[in-house]
Amino acid sequence: MSAPATTPAHTGLRSIFDNLPPVTTYGPLLALIAACVFFASQTDRFLTGQNFSLILQQVMVVGVMAIGQTLVILTAGIDLSCGMVMALGSIVMTKFAVDLGINPYLAILCGFLACIAFGLLNGALITYIKLPPFIVTLGTLNIAFALTQIYSKSQTVTGLPDAMLVFGNTFRIGETAVTYGTVLMLGMYLLAWFLLRETAPGRHVYALGNNPEAARLMGIPAKRLLVLVYTIAALIYGIAALLSVARTGVGDPQAGQTDNLDSITAVVLGGTSLFGGRGVILGTLIGAMIVGVFRNGLTLMGVQSVYQILITGILVILAVTTDQMSRRRM
Amino acid sequence: MTTASFVMEARGLIKRYGHVTAMDGVDFELLPAEILAVIGDNGAGKSTLIKALSGAIVPDEGQLFLDGKPVKFRNPVDARRQGIETVYQDLAVAPAMTIAENLFLGRETRRPGILGSLLQLLDKKKMQADAVAHMQDLRIGIRSMKQAVETLSGGQRQGVAVARSAAFARHVVIMDEPTAALGVKESNMVLDLIRRVRERGLPVILISHNMPHVFEVADRIHIQRLGKRAALVKTSEIKMPDAVAIMTGAMTV
Repeated sequence: MSAPATTPAHTGLRSIFDNLPPVTTYGPLLALIAACVFFASQTDRFLTGQNFSLILQQVMVVGVMAIGQTLVILTAGIDLSCGMVMALGSIVMTKFAVDLGINPYLAILCGFLACIAFGLLNGALITYIKLPPFIVTLGTLNIAFALTQIYSKSQTVTGLPDAMLVFGNTFRIGETAVTYGTVLMLGMYLLAWFLLRETAPGRHVYALGNNPEAARLMGIPAKRLLVLVYTIAALIYGIAALLSVARTGVGDPQAGQTDNLDSITAVVLGGTSLFGGRGVILGTLIGAMIVGVFRNGLTLMGVQSVYQILITGILVILAVTTDQMSRRRM
Repeated sequence: MTTASFVMEARGLIKRYGHVTAMDGVDFELLPAEILAVIGDNGAGKSTLIKALSGAIVPDEGQLFLDGKPVKFRNPVDARRQGIETVYQDLAVAPAMTIAENLFLGRETRRPGILGSLLQLLDKKKMQADAVAHMQDLRIGIRSMKQAVETLSGGQRQGVAVARSAAFARHVVIMDEPTAALGVKESNMVLDLIRRVRERGLPVILISHNMPHVFEVADRIHIQRLGKRAALVKTSEIKMPDAVAIMTGAMTV
């Protein structure tokens, strides 16, 4: 027994540390602030409202997708198909509106439905046939990519109706132009955060990632919930598709090809555990911002983009190491 | 055939797995507010019996009664709805979630009105207060219900699992080897806890390999052997070596 050997002062200090949130909660925020301070000291152009608005626009699509990715990772799963499902959704909605000439809102809805179908497929294969999420979503990644190329004939869809581009429009806060899309992204994060914290199904997502057997024994409809998580995630990729279309002004069949890794990067940098059941969704927003700030800051400093990828890779490994170490302590 | 004074009763339970007959016509009786230990060697059908009582398996034949009324459990959730709570050997807790969340896992208190029914918003304050009340009721000394379960000791975790069962059980609490993974001090704490559950008027079915623990807390002992009940004895009327002898077949009653 080593406990009696500790001095009162030591235990006092101990209890202060015990009451602090774990490093994975405030670590991402500190990293983001440190990165901002660093880049602000390196270049005058970094710390401006306009530049931050630009960073938000750059992270908007991956940032929204990362909400869905967080839900999936909280259940101890992973979704590699997100970027390709998003691309399929954007091609469906733009081609339906332009080629078929149907009502743009209906076309957007069809794009969402295409994404939801993939979510249901992922969820059903993982839940009912008990296939590993990594393999299932690797398969659906390829299926969604192929369908996107076949349907679009690898051609960009142009001449979109204005209704599809609303979220790319801007309004002004003082001198700074802000897109509606970034406001939507921030709103979605707040909503997801609230639902995960304050509702029974939100807590059940955590329980499912923590101990699926306990969740089942305690009467949580674990299977239905898991399918629902993959389906909601896919709907969120559909919303990301709409934002991607609004941002670029076209339906791009080559969109989203690295978004699966980018979204996982945001989730992991945001302190959510890849082992499931632990994490705060607002951390994912911070994680996405960290990547955005690094890319933007390094670009402003004139660093080549390969080095940006290099640094992102190092950041991810650091974040996963922190996750692993903090679990080993327990 | 049945007596209403039994909280739980089983007659002629049979369960076969292929050629193996795990339960070969087991009878079972549980009195109100008693601690009934179920002991038996490996393969005696002890865990099959417990699984049948907690709804984890459906027996091939035989009848189950709750307060004298016939019941059938298709799964553990069925049994829970009838007020039978099980403390599982691996505790079935979510380690990263708080004590309060674990106490109410799967049956969280919702806010009143449409906020709770439609939006499924949680009444965290009420759950917090109820969690404190349940834990105090069983005199489990834990400072904060907002602690994650993984920060607790093995005995304290067991306390959370027992408190969860005691809080929701209306008929029976089943405990599967609750002291198996614990040290001496923590085992004693859990044995005290089992007595307190009985003081609240709930009967406890205790499955244990640990004879001293069985003899310390149980009122009666159900001895299972070769798929049947070999004996049902009062703890005060039998000595430990004799119970072990019945269990192993060295002695018959």
